Amino acid sequence: MGARQRAWENLLWQAAAVGLALLVTAGVVALAGASPLQAFGLILKGAFGSGRKIADIFVIWVPLLLTAAGLLYTFHAGLWNIGVEGQIVLGAVFATWVLRMFQNQPDPSPALALTLAFIAAALGGMLWALLSGVLKVYGGVHEIFSGLGLDFVATTLVLYLVFGPWKRPGVGSMSGTVPFPRELWLPTLGRTRLSLWALALALVLWGVAMVLLYRSRLGLQLRAVGRNPKAAFLMAGIHPARVTLLAFALSGLYAGLAGAVQVTQVYHRLIPAISSGYGWLGLLVNMLVNFNPFWVGPVAWFFAMLNLGSIQLPIVLKVDSNLAGVLQGTLVYTFLVVAGWRRLRQRRQAAAGASEGA
Amino acid sequence: METLLAGLAGVVALSTPVVLATLGETLTERAGVINLSLNGMILLSAMASFAVAVHTNSLLLGFLTGALVGLLVALLVAVPSLHLGLSQVAVGFVLTLLTRDLSYFLGSPYMGKQGPRLSPWPLPGLQNIPILGPVFFRQDVMVYLSYLLIVGMWFWLYRTRAGLVLRSIGERPEAAYVRGAYVRRLQYIYTLVGGAIAGLAGPTYSLSVKAGWKGTISGLDGVGWIALALTIFGGWRPLRGAVGAYLFGLLQWLSLVLQPYLTDIPSQVLQVAPFPIMILLLLFVNIGNTEWMQRTLAGLPPDARRWVLRVLKALQVQPPAALGRSFERE
Repeated sequence: MGARQRAWENLLWQAAAVGLALLVTAGVVALAGASPLQAFGLILKGAFGSGRKIADIFVIWVPLLLTAAGLLYTFHAGLWNIGVEGQIVLGAVFATWVLRMFQNQPDPSPALALTLAFIAAALGGMLWALLSGVLKVYGGVHEIFSGLGLDFVATTLVLYLVFGPWKRPGVGSMSGTVPFPRELWLPTLGRTRLSLWALALALVLWGVAMVLLYRSRLGLQLRAVGRNPKAAFLMAGIHPARVTLLAFALSGLYAGLAGAVQVTQVYHRLIPAISSGYGWLGLLVNMLVNFNPFWVGPVAWFFAMLNLGSIQLPIVLKVDSNLAGVLQGTLVYTFLVVAGWRRLRQRRQAAAGASEGA
Repeated sequence: METLLAGLAGVVALSTPVVLATLGETLTERAGVINLSLNGMILLSAMASFAVAVHTNSLLLGFLTGALVGLLVALLVAVPSLHLGLSQVAVGFVLTLLTRDLSYFLGSPYMGKQGPRLSPWPLPGLQNIPILGPVFFRQDVMVYLSYLLIVGMWFWLYRTRAGLVLRSIGERPEAAYVRGAYVRRLQYIYTLVGGAIAGLAGPTYSLSVKAGWKGTISGLDGVGWIALALTIFGGWRPLRGAVGAYLFGLLQWLSLVLQPYLTDIPSQVLQVAPFPIMILLLLFVNIGNTEWMQRTLAGLPPDARRWVLRVLKALQVQPPAALGRSFERE
């Protein structure tokens, strides 16, 4: 089979997976009593209807890309960093903390304040991720459970801050803390909500992840530990504990920055739902592309488009906007199953070929 | 005294769905399969069974729907992981998110609706036993069913031949296969049955202890993860898992009861208490397995070591050796 033919075959299978996912989702929409075609049309219109909307796709893409790119480090080391959602939240909390110190100053320097906020956010995310790492390495607690527990704790921390020490004058509410003065917002492009600074940061760190994972010793160590920690130690002298902690730290750093972007570019304050579920979405993106560092980017963009496009759905169709989540989840499931089925077929063919040759 | 007993009866009732989910997952994982979809699946089964009960006005159909949802989601886990050899964790994780979104999407028309609710059925005779009666035997049918399941599953696992085979396919599937067990077929059966049992947790919430469907504020998000953690805490044993679930319910209840007295601690902190407790429980049962602990133990004086070892051994758990690994006949 030629390389070209194989590329076509790949494309065909992937198209089949997408088609299957669309079909299932259409069935779900019909079950909810709405028209699937109208729903899909509304998603496209909601995402591409105007120049501002297209810019809004990128507003969602930036934190999602940061989160998904960071997760590459842990996934390549064979780790399930489910705590990523909480790491975004901690990044947002730390960024808010720094900005709150500046907003009461008579003449705050925005550049300094924002830089410090991003650094603090990176540290906050890293700290929260390292908690999962330490619990795994020194406590034997699987990272899925520690991460999940810490997600809930992080959300509670925000609720506590928003209704407690950081509440608005008068009473605290779900609308979050007092918005920052305009000087402390991340400057945006023209009349859009997109910040080129944030976009550049995400693109650079995505590139760093690609280089580190495939062109450095670190990437090799991560993958060695991911495949077989014991062999990595015996054959290559790699310390699995150290590499594990490093992978968590890097992943948390990226997630923390995503939290800072949410605070400084999107909401300009701390709200209870500050992470927007991008942690979960980042995990799904990674699974769909089988942890490929390049494809994380385009798929994250596609998912961002779906998220934006489905915002209008509840108003027009009287259905819940979680439809984007249903479609994203179904897509990942069908991709996994189609890929698994193809591998099984190839194994069977190889086995049949081998027995014929014998 | 009356209020204390009523409170404890409430703990037993509220723990019942967690007990069911933990038992179902224990059965599944004993066969070597991880069903990580529990959290979203319970939401979906709670929503679907409530919807069916509202439409048909039949509690029985509601509960059957719950079990059916659990069974179908388990099938979606089993086929890719057993037949295609995909990562059980990956498949289960996608499904836990997917079913959660699905329950919120399909459940929105049923938000806040009135529906049928299971009424208590005090057991004649048993309900009059002092202390035990009011706490354990003035409950509804699902609570009694959970008692039967705890005992039944223990009996099945440790006192029957089939249970012996089940334990062996979770530990050494190759050996079980050589000795004539239909490993893959049994793994399918136990995954589906375990899923159906865990699926009953949904209607036990939405048709009994937390009747109704309230979407994202139903307060059920997280329960499945607790049950997965309790399966580990229970050391994959039904009795210890169930005791863990009741203990957990008790701790949650205590934190609610003590809230008025602990005015220094904000109420939000106590609401989230289950999750740090979950991490701590897992820490207790796993720390003995870590390398540094074994090294530290080796350096202790013999008397202290014997004492520490005894405590650790009592807590320590070991998963079924073949858990999460797909079995190939070759």
